[in-house]
Amino acid sequence: MTELSKTGAAVGEPTGASPAPTSFLEVRDLKVHFPTDDGLVKSVDGLSFQLEKGKTLGIVGESGSGKSVTSLGIMGLHTAGQYGKRKAQISGEIWLDGTELLSADPDHVRKLRGREMAMIFQDPLSALHPYYTIGQQIVEAYRIHHDVDKKTARRRAVEMLDRVGIPQPDKRVDNYPHEFSGGMRQRAMIAMSLVNNPELLIADEPTTALDVTVQAQILDLIRDLQKEFGSAVIVITHDLGVVAELADDILVMYGGRCVERGPAEKVFYEPRHPYTWGLLGSMPRLDREQQERLIPVKGSPPSLINVPSGCAFNPRCPYADLPKDDVTRTVRPELAEVGSRHWAACHLSKEQRERIWTEEIAPKL
Amino acid sequence: MLAYLIRRLFAAAVMLVVIIMVVFGIFFLVPKWAGVDIALSFVGKQADPAAIEGVRQKLGLGDPIYAQVWEFFKGIFAGRTYTGGGDTIHCSAPCFGYSFRSEQAVWPVLTDRFPVTLGLALGAAVLWLVLGVAAGVLSALKRGSLWDRGAMVVALAGVSLPIYFTGMLSLAIFAYGLNWIDAQYVPLEDSFGGWFGGMILPWITLAFLYAAMYARITRATMMEILGEDYIRTARAKGLKEQTVIGKHAMRSTMTPILTMLGMDLGALIGGAILTESTFNLPGLGRAVLDAIRNQDLPIIVGVTLITSLAVLFANLVVDILYAVIDPRVRLS
Repeated sequence: MTELSKTGAAVGEPTGASPAPTSFLEVRDLKVHFPTDDGLVKSVDGLSFQLEKGKTLGIVGESGSGKSVTSLGIMGLHTAGQYGKRKAQISGEIWLDGTELLSADPDHVRKLRGREMAMIFQDPLSALHPYYTIGQQIVEAYRIHHDVDKKTARRRAVEMLDRVGIPQPDKRVDNYPHEFSGGMRQRAMIAMSLVNNPELLIADEPTTALDVTVQAQILDLIRDLQKEFGSAVIVITHDLGVVAELADDILVMYGGRCVERGPAEKVFYEPRHPYTWGLLGSMPRLDREQQERLIPVKGSPPSLINVPSGCAFNPRCPYADLPKDDVTRTVRPELAEVGSRHWAACHLSKEQRERIWTEEIAPKL
Repeated sequence: MLAYLIRRLFAAAVMLVVIIMVVFGIFFLVPKWAGVDIALSFVGKQADPAAIEGVRQKLGLGDPIYAQVWEFFKGIFAGRTYTGGGDTIHCSAPCFGYSFRSEQAVWPVLTDRFPVTLGLALGAAVLWLVLGVAAGVLSALKRGSLWDRGAMVVALAGVSLPIYFTGMLSLAIFAYGLNWIDAQYVPLEDSFGGWFGGMILPWITLAFLYAAMYARITRATMMEILGEDYIRTARAKGLKEQTVIGKHAMRSTMTPILTMLGMDLGALIGGAILTESTFNLPGLGRAVLDAIRNQDLPIIVGVTLITSLAVLFANLVVDILYAVIDPRVRLS
C-alpha cells in the first residue's frame, strides 16, 4: 500500500470556463449523451478531473456509471461505429497536453490515438483481431505513427513483447491471439498499446477477464511500465482492489457523475460519500479478520434516462432522510471540499458524515 | 496447415466415393426396388424388345449389384465396354455413361456443354460479388438511410423475382426493344465479342438474383462485425476509418460470403437450368432439359454426377481458402 501514501496531483478543483490548462490531462464538465428511442441516455453528465504525467487515476463505479464512456470520450471513440444511428452528443472540454480534443480536427485526434493516448481493453481475446498474428497487429500499431519498414517495426514488436514478459518473443510474435493464454494476450495487448510510448494510457477493466493469479501480474506490469515510461494512467474498474493496487487518486462515479474523489488513501480510509461506503462494505478483504459478511449496496444502478431527482443515489441511500427539507430528493448535490484535495457530493453535513463513518461504517469494515 | 490440407483432401476423396455410390443408387437401385424396368428408361420408350434386352445385357442389369457398382466405378476411372444384343460399344474413361438413344458417350456431351455453363457461372459470380458486397457494405455503413432502404428493397425484389421473369424482361428490353445486343450465344473460341455480347444479359440476370442475396448477407455480417471489440481496438490504434472498414472489418466479413460462394458456384456449375433455357444457352442445364424431354436417362445420370463433383470441388476450394483467411480453422 505504499502507493497510497504518494501525494498525486491528479485531482483538482472542479473548474469553470477558464481556458488555460494547467495539468497534462484536464477534463472539464464532460457530458456524453446518447439519443435513443426511449430518451436521452446521459451516460456522463458533467465530469471534471485532472491528471498529471506519471500519476494514476482510478475511476471506480458500477456497470453503467459512465466510466467506460468517459474513456471512449477522451479517446474520441464515443461516436465510432455509430453508422446511421443518432450520434452521441459530447460537450465540455478535454485538454491533453495543451490541446483541446473535442474542438480539434477529428483527423488530428485520430493521429493522437495510439501515439499520445492508448487504451487497453477488458477482454484481450475479443479485442485482438482473430485473423492477424500478434506481430502483425503490433507492427500495424507502430507503423501508423512511425514511417519505418516492416523489419524495423517487427524488431520493435519483438522488443515490446519481451518487455511485457512474453517468453521467446521472437517466436511468439508470429502466433495468433488464440494461441496465447489469457494473461499472455493481455500482455500482448499492453505491448501493442505501449508500442508508441503514449503519454496517456487508459486501462478499461484490464484484469476483469483474467483469473486472479494473472490479475496481480498484469497490475504489477502496468505499474512497472508506468514508472518506466512515465505515462499518465487512467484505470477504470469496478474492483476497488485494483485501484488500491495502482491508483494515486480515486474518482468514484455514480449515475454519470462524480460523487467522490481524492487521494487514494483518503478515499479508502476516510471516505465521505455513502456510495463509497457501500462500495467498501461490499468489497471482500483479506486484511480484516472481524468482518463477517459483505454488505451489499441495496437496489440497482439508476436509469440514465430518468436519473432520480436530487441526489442520484437517494433511492439507495440509507441516510437519505437525515438532511432536512427533503433536500436529497429535490436538490442535486455539487462536489464540495471535505478535506485537503478531497471532494464529495453529498447533502449530509460534515458532522453527520463523520459520525456515521466512525460509529456505523468503519467498525463493520 | 499441411495436416489440414491432407485431412480435407482425404475427406474429399471419401466424399467422392460416397457421391458416386449415391448417384448409382438413385438411378439403378431405387427404380429396381420400385419395380421399374431400368433398361426401358435407359433405352428410351420407342424401342423393340430386342433393343431393351440388348441394353439390359450391356448394363449388366442381371448381374449382382456389387458387380454393377464395380462396373460403374470402373467406367468413371478406367472406362468400360458395353457388350450385349449382338454389338459391343467401348466407352473410354472417364465414362459417365452411354446414351443408347443418341448413340454417343455422355462425357463428350458434358465437356461440350461445360464451358458454356462455367462461363455463365463465373462471369455472373464476379458480377454479383462486386455488386452485392459493395451494396451490402454501403448499406451497413449508411444503415437506415435512403440508400440503405432503397438497396434493400431492390435486394428483396432480386431475391423474389424468378429468373424467367427478369430474364425475359431484360431480353424484351435490351435485345428486342432497344436492340442494344444480339442475344445469341457465340462460342468463346469463335469470337470474344460475340460471346461477351451473348453472355452479358444472362450474367446480369443471374447476378441480380445472387447479388441481392449477397448484399443482404454482407450488410448483416458487416453490421455485426462493426460491433466487435477488435474493430474498436483498430480505431484506438489510430487507424483511418477506411482502413478499419476495408481491412479489419472486411476480412472478417468475407468468411460467410466465401462459404456461400462455394455452395452457389458449385450448384451453378451443375447447370443454371432456368437461365440457360431462358437465354437459349447450350450449357449443362439445357442438356438436362433436353434429356428429360427426350427420355435420355444416361445424360441425366452424367449431369447429376458432374454437378455433385462440382459442388464437392467448390467446397474443397472454399475449405482451403477458409484456412487461408481464418487461422483458427487450421487447428480444428
